[in-house]
Amino acid sequence: MDIDSITGAAYIVAALLFILSLAGLSKHETAKSGLTFGIVGMAVALVATIVGVIDVSEFLDNRALVIILMLAAVGVGGAIGLWRAKIVEMTGMPELIAMLHSFVGLAAVAIGWNGHVLGSHESMDSLVNIHEAEVAIGIFIGAVTFTGSIVANLKLSARMNSAPLMLPGKNFINVGSLVLFAILTGVYVSMDTYDNTSADILLGVITLLALALGWHLVASIGGGDMPVVVSMLNSYSGWAAAASGFLLNNDLLIVTGALVGSSGAYLSYIMCKAMNRSFISVIAGGFGIAAPAGDDKDYGEHREIQADAVAELLSNASSVVITPGYGMAVAQAQYPVADLTAKLRAKGIDVRFGIHPVAGRLPGHMNVLLAEAKVPYDIVLEMDEINDDFPETDVVLVIGANDTVNPAASEDPTSPIAGMPVLEVWNAKDVIVFKRSMAAGYAGVQNPLFFRENSQMLFGDAKDRVEDIVRALG
Amino acid sequence: MLIGIPRESKPGETLVAATAKTVSQLTNLGYDVIVESGAGVHADQPDSAFMEAGVRVGTPEEVWAADVVVKVNAPSDEEIGRLRQGATIISMMAPGRSPELLEKLQAQGVTALAMDAVPRISRAQSMDVLSSMANVAGYRAVVESAHEFGRMFTGQVTAAGKIPPARVFVVGAGVAGLAAIGAASAMGAIVRAFDVRPEVAEQVESMGAQFVHVDMEQEVSSDGYAKEMSEAQVAATAAMYDEEARAADIVITTALIPGRPAPSLLTAETVAGMRNGSVIVDMAAANGGNAAGTVADQKVVTDNGVTILGYTDLAGRLAAQTSQLYGTNIVNLLKLLTPEKDGNLGLDFEDVVQRGITVVDGRSESAQITWPPPAVQVSAAPAAAAPAAAAAAEPKAPMSAGTKVGLVLGAIGLFWLVNALAPTDELRRHFTVLMLSIVIGYYVIGKVAHALHTPLMSVTNAISGVVVVGALLQVAAGDDLVLGLSLVAILLASINVFGGFAVTRRMLAMFSKGA
Repeated sequence: MDIDSITGAAYIVAALLFILSLAGLSKHETAKSGLTFGIVGMAVALVATIVGVIDVSEFLDNRALVIILMLAAVGVGGAIGLWRAKIVEMTGMPELIAMLHSFVGLAAVAIGWNGHVLGSHESMDSLVNIHEAEVAIGIFIGAVTFTGSIVANLKLSARMNSAPLMLPGKNFINVGSLVLFAILTGVYVSMDTYDNTSADILLGVITLLALALGWHLVASIGGGDMPVVVSMLNSYSGWAAAASGFLLNNDLLIVTGALVGSSGAYLSYIMCKAMNRSFISVIAGGFGIAAPAGDDKDYGEHREIQADAVAELLSNASSVVITPGYGMAVAQAQYPVADLTAKLRAKGIDVRFGIHPVAGRLPGHMNVLLAEAKVPYDIVLEMDEINDDFPETDVVLVIGANDTVNPAASEDPTSPIAGMPVLEVWNAKDVIVFKRSMAAGYAGVQNPLFFRENSQMLFGDAKDRVEDIVRALG
Repeated sequence: MLIGIPRESKPGETLVAATAKTVSQLTNLGYDVIVESGAGVHADQPDSAFMEAGVRVGTPEEVWAADVVVKVNAPSDEEIGRLRQGATIISMMAPGRSPELLEKLQAQGVTALAMDAVPRISRAQSMDVLSSMANVAGYRAVVESAHEFGRMFTGQVTAAGKIPPARVFVVGAGVAGLAAIGAASAMGAIVRAFDVRPEVAEQVESMGAQFVHVDMEQEVSSDGYAKEMSEAQVAATAAMYDEEARAADIVITTALIPGRPAPSLLTAETVAGMRNGSVIVDMAAANGGNAAGTVADQKVVTDNGVTILGYTDLAGRLAAQTSQLYGTNIVNLLKLLTPEKDGNLGLDFEDVVQRGITVVDGRSESAQITWPPPAVQVSAAPAAAAPAAAAAAEPKAPMSAGTKVGLVLGAIGLFWLVNALAPTDELRRHFTVLMLSIVIGYYVIGKVAHALHTPLMSVTNAISGVVVVGALLQVAAGDDLVLGLSLVAILLASINVFGGFAVTRRMLAMFSKGA
């Protein structure tokens, strides 16, 4: 039993643990044990690899330095990671995850370049060529993931305009980049790449091309589609890892990368279905938010209501549904909302939450925020579970949601969001919409809900208003 | 301002326009209230109850001299004569059918608000007395029918044999019809119901009845009331009525068309074909009745033993309940008319509700008849949009099964080609691993609860930090540039691994199940 077979066996165990981890995370009951499996799997993989590296490094002159640097890099990286994870606000989760994706992408780029610098140790020409192709593909996927995630992070943290970038012929740019990449890779593969300056330059061009493509790809996707983008980037980061696995002949990387890649792709697919959008059109940035037709339509007057009146309405209700959106996250209103929920439930009022699949900027974002504020997860329902119950609901509180409760999606075929499944809050007896102003939502579409006979607007910061209601309830 | 609550003068009337509970709400709005002695005696509201609520009980003269007189039935000629000029009278008036009443009110110079003219919009539901009364009447219709019916409603299997459940057929799924459906199904009967508006099928089913469908053109109501059907529809439904009525033990008809005599739905032959002992409650009796042989306010037994109840005072038979609901509707109206809660009643004609109920405007020197009000659209969405939206939901045809299979086979063929061209078994092994992992990933994720998407994503993100392994493997390659790049990669990927797991742990710790 030499060290290689020990690490090889450890990798198989780690891969199995990762699969168990993902499987565990599919249910609340098993989620925590799933996480433990993941951590154990990662620990096994790391320890095995480090032991293996220490073992093979014995022929190096600067062995001690390399080992110390390696452990220091793991230690520092781990410390930064733990620190970020500890301080991040739950509302900032989408930005953090996008940022983390970019690290995987950049790491994959570095690994690819290393593969280029080290060259192939194969004797057969065809194997050398395959190695070179793996280098180019690995760098390409990694670089696209890197810049794409950076842009997603900037858009999510509002440091970049979230409106889609509309370059002329953007589909041509995307497809052209792919074709150009294929050609350049062909040239690179056909070259003798080891210690060859022109090959260095060529690979540099490929890297820059991929970086530019990643940037453009995400920049041309609107902020409303960010949940899809984040899970798509998640998928990309998996494929980047898998590509590195091919490059390094490492099955663990391939298994893990493919697991993450396919699960991320599947998540994106679920998101797209929830928005009634084709996956291709989202990643190609095809969902143009052109000026919505019929915007000059007269929707009538909206009516305003005050917090104490809402409190009265709520205390007379027997069933209340709260539909939160990104606005709740922005206003950090999840704690007062949880207070309100607890107060109403103490009065014997049935309070539930209806979560649209794309509410927030990350799949499941709202669930996390509500969980943070200690709202029991069994009263937090999905759109499909709660949509049929709205006609029997007395009061719906729409907190910071807009497009996900827009009746135009089901009633106005000319609307840009037509056909998107939405929470049918307008079927309830009374609808209270918390909003800062009468501005349109992320998709730039006016919401006829606000002008319905049974809706009333409660203007102001969602957190302050919910607190007012909690006070008025006494 | 002083609100007067008179005793109803209509013979046999049991209702009263206010109860002890609602008068105190009126006082809270800033009004003084005086109740005529004995006004609520049939609705379990004795004078003492009103006095306990802190309002005065007085003579008819005092009550009719009030600024605002609130009652249930339209005022009689004598009562109109007792109203002060400039006073306001609030009651049900059936303004569409009683133009001479409006003229008399105009001549007296009073403002008249008709409670039965509240527009059927969501905001005004809290003052809709017709809904309140129809709700009670629908319930009472079932109770009356159960009283006449010689059997139980609920089915049972007893030692003395099996009792089949009663079959109840309800025509018209307005408020009264829905209330009747609810009451009858709560008593255990099998309830079937029909309405000419197919869009109410859902409401019918939600109350526990089965909706009877008739093949005919769709008709979506724009003002909240049913319309009379076209010739072709009549033919299609007549057969259905006949069939359903013959199969039923109890038939409750509630079909009314505003401003018109009630449609005749159950013909003499149908009634004659019903079983001995079955009961028809004709809730449209006041407007001529839906069944042949109905006599308003009478119980009729046909030759074949079918009991037809034509009671028009079903709501009044539950006087305490109906008075309470009516009184609350009045309070809600006065809340709207007294926004400052200062006891001063004001009318705002910009508001469709206030405009709609005002049938005589006596605020100026010469009173004006303001009936009928401009039409109010109940449903904001144009009816035609519904089918169009359905079409828009499926913008493109889904891929045919053949194309799908073709694409999958094509992709698999390509995969085979790549593998066949791969020069070593090692590469083929990698592809095997890749392929199986993709499939596993797909199936493992397929059942994830939506709420766990974010934790899942951060865990997969942490796991994809496994590239750290790749970087570690390169660190000992003995090349300084490689060493530098690997160290950067190790650092970044480590952030991912540790950060991803830590943040997931934080999130999962937050998810807690409610008690």
